[in-house]
Amino acid sequence: MNALNFAALKEGEELEALVKDPITKVQLVKYAGASGDFNPIHTDDETAKTVGLGGVIAHGMLSMGFLGEYAAALAGPDGWVEELSVRFGSMVRPGDVLTCKGTVKELTQSGGRGHVRLSVWCETQKGEQPTKGEAVLSLPA
Amino acid sequence: MAKLNQVTKDDIGKKSPEVVHEVEKGAIRKFADAIGDPNPLFHDESFAQAHGYKSIIAPPTFAITLGAEMPIKIDPRGVLHGEQAFLYDRPIVAGDVIRCQAEVTDVYERSGHSGHMTFFVTETTGRDAQTEERIFRARGTIVIRDVEIPG
Repeated sequence: MNALNFAALKEGEELEALVKDPITKVQLVKYAGASGDFNPIHTDDETAKTVGLGGVIAHGMLSMGFLGEYAAALAGPDGWVEELSVRFGSMVRPGDVLTCKGTVKELTQSGGRGHVRLSVWCETQKGEQPTKGEAVLSLPA
Repeated sequence: MAKLNQVTKDDIGKKSPEVVHEVEKGAIRKFADAIGDPNPLFHDESFAQAHGYKSIIAPPTFAITLGAEMPIKIDPRGVLHGEQAFLYDRPIVAGDVIRCQAEVTDVYERSGHSGHMTFFVTETTGRDAQTEERIFRARGTIVIRDVEIPG
């Protein structure tokens, strides 16, 4: 994925999408270990059923992590992610394929840098948008 | 049947004890790997140095691992993550020593089609332990589901 070029961006522009591999139960265990979030609703089907979830659900933070990957890739190695904020909606389960998408919301300049506010969201193979929010990137102006 | 969690407006303002985290390269790489994020800034030290950093930097959601303890006791089985925001003054770099503290900043109730729910908001601030400069703020909204479990 190519880094954004601040000078060439236009408000309202749609950005290249990032398609992630299907989420697996092993990935949820790996994410639990790497993040320190050992809530058993993400790793243990029995517990998830006991509290009415019907089976394990993905960490909301994993889908936000995908959007973090997307935002950092768009920022490129000489840009960085100043803000990332999301709202978690529908649940994501093992087997779901998430695609990260974004549009340019606002372009500003300060301190010799370009700042890009993006709308970003994850979309499932069913067209649901479980994780939606905004990112602000700092780019070379 | 017992309610899993009770949170009230009286909890607003409660703070966790401060904790100090040393950010390790291995922890950053493991976190990026779990997400499946191949960004060389998060993996390759010489690449990161060529772009002006002292060492590898952390992915934008890495600050979630630097949480302080919850300011109040919560049974995680009865909650869902509603919202999350990270605001960075600069990227987190491996080798940073970061002092973190969390505070309950809001508690509110909502009734909707999925029943009655309580929302509580915490904000964690991370500062450079040496310079005291702020590095990030992480704001999380937790939804308390009205679940009861046997026992």
